[in-house]
Amino acid sequence: MSLLLDVKGLTKRYGGLTANAEMTFDVNEGEIVGIIGPNGAGKSTLFDLITGFQPPDAGRVLLDGRDITGLRPDRISRLGVARTFQKLKPFPDLTVTENVIVGALARTSDMKTARDQALESLAFVDLLEKRNHFARELSTGQRKRLELARGLAMSPRLILMDEVTGGVDQRTIAGLIELVLELKHRGLTIVTIEHNMQVIMRLADRILALHAGRRIAFGAPEQVRSEPAVVDAYLGTIDDAA
Amino acid sequence: MATAAPVGRGARCGGNRVVARLSIYLQGIVFPSPDDSHFAVCAHGPIVERGSGTVRPDQPRPSNFFGIGAYSSTVLFTKYAITPWAGLLVGMLLSALAAVAIGVPTLRLRGHYFAIATLLIGSSVQIVFQRWDWVGAASGLYVPIDRTSPLFYLQFHTSKVPYYYLALGAAAAGYLVVWKLRRSRFGFRLQALRDEPDAAASLGIAIARHKVLAFMISGAMMSVAGTFYGQYVLVLDPERLFSMEISIIVLLMTVLGGSGTLWGPALGAAILVPLSEFSRIWFGGTGRTIDLILYGILILLVCMWRPSGILSLLEERIRRRTGTHEPAP
Repeated sequence: MSLLLDVKGLTKRYGGLTANAEMTFDVNEGEIVGIIGPNGAGKSTLFDLITGFQPPDAGRVLLDGRDITGLRPDRISRLGVARTFQKLKPFPDLTVTENVIVGALARTSDMKTARDQALESLAFVDLLEKRNHFARELSTGQRKRLELARGLAMSPRLILMDEVTGGVDQRTIAGLIELVLELKHRGLTIVTIEHNMQVIMRLADRILALHAGRRIAFGAPEQVRSEPAVVDAYLGTIDDAA
Repeated sequence: MATAAPVGRGARCGGNRVVARLSIYLQGIVFPSPDDSHFAVCAHGPIVERGSGTVRPDQPRPSNFFGIGAYSSTVLFTKYAITPWAGLLVGMLLSALAAVAIGVPTLRLRGHYFAIATLLIGSSVQIVFQRWDWVGAASGLYVPIDRTSPLFYLQFHTSKVPYYYLALGAAAAGYLVVWKLRRSRFGFRLQALRDEPDAAASLGIAIARHKVLAFMISGAMMSVAGTFYGQYVLVLDPERLFSMEISIIVLLMTVLGGSGTLWGPALGAAILVPLSEFSRIWFGGTGRTIDLILYGILILLVCMWRPSGILSLLEERIRRRTGTHEPAP
């Protein structure tokens, strides 16, 4: 397995608050890395730093050996990095299909090809029946799948998913887990932020645990779960989340 | 500045989902009216920016390009006897360049700051033309009368009907461009970055480049309206050409009809132009600015009850009847 994403010492400060302190981890090709941590641990900030939405104060991000630190978000995404947002950002006044077409247009300039690819992505996330609805008419769970489809339509190498199962009812979660595993099966590399411990234990090959902007553990799921620092940070919340 | 107040008021009543934002006009379309002091310019605005909850021109002031279009053709004609058709193209080119010059430095600004900056740039452009002797300074330019070749020099002194068809042709051409654009890759990307710039960037869309391109296209289209206007009134008055009023009318037609839609601006124009003409007829000379007051009232009403514009009312009715969710073309 080769190294796809290599994050070295990423640091981001907002005034006196350090949102990310010397964050270091790596992601192998074809792997699922889960990121856990209580609210405010710096998970979404980490995503923003990796995808170029915010410039880091220090540290490096390497994609396939290439330094992408500080590149514009659109440049990074064109290198094959897709992401979803914790606070969902569908294009509300476009239809579901059109939303995904925008993603597909990252790879092709032919509208017909883009539409075909969009429909394929929609079929994959099981959203075909809603294809002619406006994005604003969808439920939260459907919007999450829409965002996933939109990112997938770019045919990325790496996708960063911010809480795919958050705010989604229990029955839908099983389907979403299957979806993510199927993506992995197809060779996509995935980094996913997840609050639901059960979900992350099932999905992740390795887990990165954050607390107050710092890495407190990184490794195999069982190992991370038994790490004292993780238990400390999560004490009492593991059962709740499950 | 009588017109500033109503739009300022309108500006604050956004907040609602669809029109808490404003437009990059991708199109300027001319509709002539019987009174030559009142050539209506219809804007098309598929690009709308959601943001600080204010209605604001997310584009350099349209009147800049309107003025540039009018001056380009007229200067070339009066000084070098070049056909306004060539001036039309030169104006489009210059407007596109001006759009880059204005657009690039203001891209980083958002919301009110963008509005303030472009407002001031607009006023500066007007002042430059008012002081620039070569183009007639404050007294402007007169287009010399030429009866030799009406179609070549775009002067039809015996009838106003040809002007109507010219304007109609320009409108149709503009609509064709926008219609094509909306179905193109570029159009899809513009609509995406209008609604969610971050999501758009995450899908590989270079925000700044797309915005500037949209400014260029809209500037060039507005310039066409300016050229035809200049040929129609035969007098270029910088005070009027670069006026706030023209920018506001363009904005108003778009918002009233429905910004971000294909036919909204045409609908807005179809309502506003007759309104202004009839108010002039009813109130006569004493009511010269009554149309502007009516505009102000209208924009307030639209913002309060139908921020997505009148067209969306019709769309909703159609959808309810047919039960389909197909988006409007």
